[in-house]
Amino acid sequence: MAETTKATKVTMAQALNTALRDALREDDRVLVFGEDVGPLGGVFRITDGLTRDFGEERCFDTPLAEAGIVGLAVGMAMGGFRPVVEMQFDAFAYPAFEQIASHVAKLRNRTRGRLTLPMVIRVPYAGGIGGVEHHCDSSEAYYAHTPGLKVVTPATAEDAYWLLRDAIADPDPVVFLEPKKLYWSREDTDLERRGALPFGRAAVRREGRDATVVAYGPSVPVALAAAEAAAAEGIELEVVDLRTIVPFDDETVTASVRRTGRCLVVQEAQGFAGVGAEIAARVQERCFHSLAAPVLRVAGFDIPYPPPKLEHAHLPGVDRILDAVDRLQFGDEPDTRHLLKGAVA
Amino acid sequence: MSVKSLRQTVQGLLPSLTPVRFVAEDGTPVAKPPAGYREPSVEALREAYRRMVLGRRFDTQATALTKQGRLAVYPSSRGQEACQIGAVLALRADDWLFPTYRDSVALVTRGIDPVEVLTLLRGDWHCGYDPAATRVAPQCTPLATQVLHAVGMAEAQRRKGEDGVAMALVGDGATSEGDFHEALNFAAVLRAPVVFFVQNNKYAISVPLARQTAAPALAYKGIGYGVRSEQVDGNDLVAVLAVLTDAVAHARAGHGPVLVEAHTYRMDAHTNADDATRYRDADEVERWGAADPLSRLEAHLRARGGLTDADAAAAREEAEALAADLRTRMNADTTADPMELFDHVYAEPTPQLREQRAQLAAELAETALTQED
Repeated sequence: MAETTKATKVTMAQALNTALRDALREDDRVLVFGEDVGPLGGVFRITDGLTRDFGEERCFDTPLAEAGIVGLAVGMAMGGFRPVVEMQFDAFAYPAFEQIASHVAKLRNRTRGRLTLPMVIRVPYAGGIGGVEHHCDSSEAYYAHTPGLKVVTPATAEDAYWLLRDAIADPDPVVFLEPKKLYWSREDTDLERRGALPFGRAAVRREGRDATVVAYGPSVPVALAAAEAAAAEGIELEVVDLRTIVPFDDETVTASVRRTGRCLVVQEAQGFAGVGAEIAARVQERCFHSLAAPVLRVAGFDIPYPPPKLEHAHLPGVDRILDAVDRLQFGDEPDTRHLLKGAVA
Repeated sequence: MSVKSLRQTVQGLLPSLTPVRFVAEDGTPVAKPPAGYREPSVEALREAYRRMVLGRRFDTQATALTKQGRLAVYPSSRGQEACQIGAVLALRADDWLFPTYRDSVALVTRGIDPVEVLTLLRGDWHCGYDPAATRVAPQCTPLATQVLHAVGMAEAQRRKGEDGVAMALVGDGATSEGDFHEALNFAAVLRAPVVFFVQNNKYAISVPLARQTAAPALAYKGIGYGVRSEQVDGNDLVAVLAVLTDAVAHARAGHGPVLVEAHTYRMDAHTNADDATRYRDADEVERWGAADPLSRLEAHLRARGGLTDADAAAAREEAEALAADLRTRMNADTTADPMELFDHVYAEPTPQLREQRAQLAAELAETALTQED
């Protein structure tokens, strides 16, 4: 029997809104709160209509204080609820950082699992929308560097829906980073049928034999566009979308790099001490003998996030990725003498 | 809003001009008992007395244990027993308490095993007791952060239709932290059933109150948020218990949060690692010693015929037994399993944590082998 699919055009914003609706409908413990998430529906309209449809008791505006919002969520999660809170913008989340780093991330550990915090902190994140000062930051490394947090960033509408559902159902706190520039990107998907991989697994978005491009969140579409351009030049790039930064799927990344022998890591964030550096280190540690070239990072520059007029100069685009591809030393043959030595022994 | 009703609203939020007090320093009742508060029964005061004797002995024993190297650090609350005991006795067993590191005596009063209370200060990584079973959050070290959790817990209970109350304990220094103010504001807007209990012991480590605030009293921090506020003589157990019982009832009845400031004094240094002589003089400490909450309650109870020599002796005996038991158990060496460091980071360890756990196990096995050689 042929499978019936009801794939329709869905934006990531709609997918997130649907995920919140479905979670609110299925679980009375789920609550949505934050700044302007009520009647306004959030500045990005991700919570559009939730107060109207589920009432003030389930989706409500709070006073304007991020530490307060996250601290309130901690207490409510301790009290049996599953709060999903919104930080209005990435760079506005910093007042909550003490709550996140000292309490959200640690309460399970401090109580040996007697108190747990099933809560989600949604953060509209990264650039590419022409945001003015303090409205765009790539803050994933701060969260990924904090043990006890899970850190998620979807690149597709389908993943946005399923990863948010997974995050809300997760027994641990999740920082859910929503790439702002992808809110309005559309794709055909049927949200009633799970096609998405499990939480914690990276997805191979495009297969290719020549090099692996590891990307996440806002960089995934850029990596795919670069792969398209490279293919026209005869280079087949494999694109891996991490989906969850924590937990990190070493297995999928390693398997891909061992196949291709070359690896590029792409991130919007400034490169120094970033998530890309961690990925490059992990790949090098695990795939050294399979590598025909150094693992390269393609990142933003180590500058404060630039103004709208200069954003294009900062964000890694197709050209910066292709330049890095050129530096993957395709002219060299891999040095396989060590393999021969091993074979003789 | 008319001027008259506005005035009523403001008056209803403001604290008494001077701290509420039932019993003077010498144990005699004040000439005019404070209006609006009910004096606790003699029976309640006898129980409070017993708890204060136990609490003080626990505290001095814990301080002694630091000198013997059995505790990594101990922040004493000696002199603050009226607050420590009054707070716990004002709560029901199903109410929640959100304490700080200086509230160990309150936790012992709550019925938590003293050895479990001291787990963290002994140098372990976790809080020792079961917060879900005891309804006592882990003792909080970052200042004022747990006050927001108390608001969240109170709000959770309200939403579930339960009539539980949450009480957050903070010191004077913590009232300068942003989270304290956000908590007052959130609680007032949500009308959450929470009581904020500030033990103003006059010093934040070394910084005196005058450097902390220019407010006439910390209790005035409530009105800006629409939170009903009160101030109380924190060394008068009768007053502390009366005011906190009233505050808890107010919150439980759904009338919103209450802020209570208790004026008390930290008789010891910040911790055993601190030297209080660098920032306060002996005269001041001596003056506050004369205002001791325990001897005050004892004198008051004796005058009312509520305490005999035999009662006092029985309390002291019970306290000595508690101290002896604490010494014995704290003098036993404990072993902490390093493997458990990986067990509670997440519900399920990540693949990376599993690898690191195996790595540490191998390292420890190697060390053990080397030591055997």
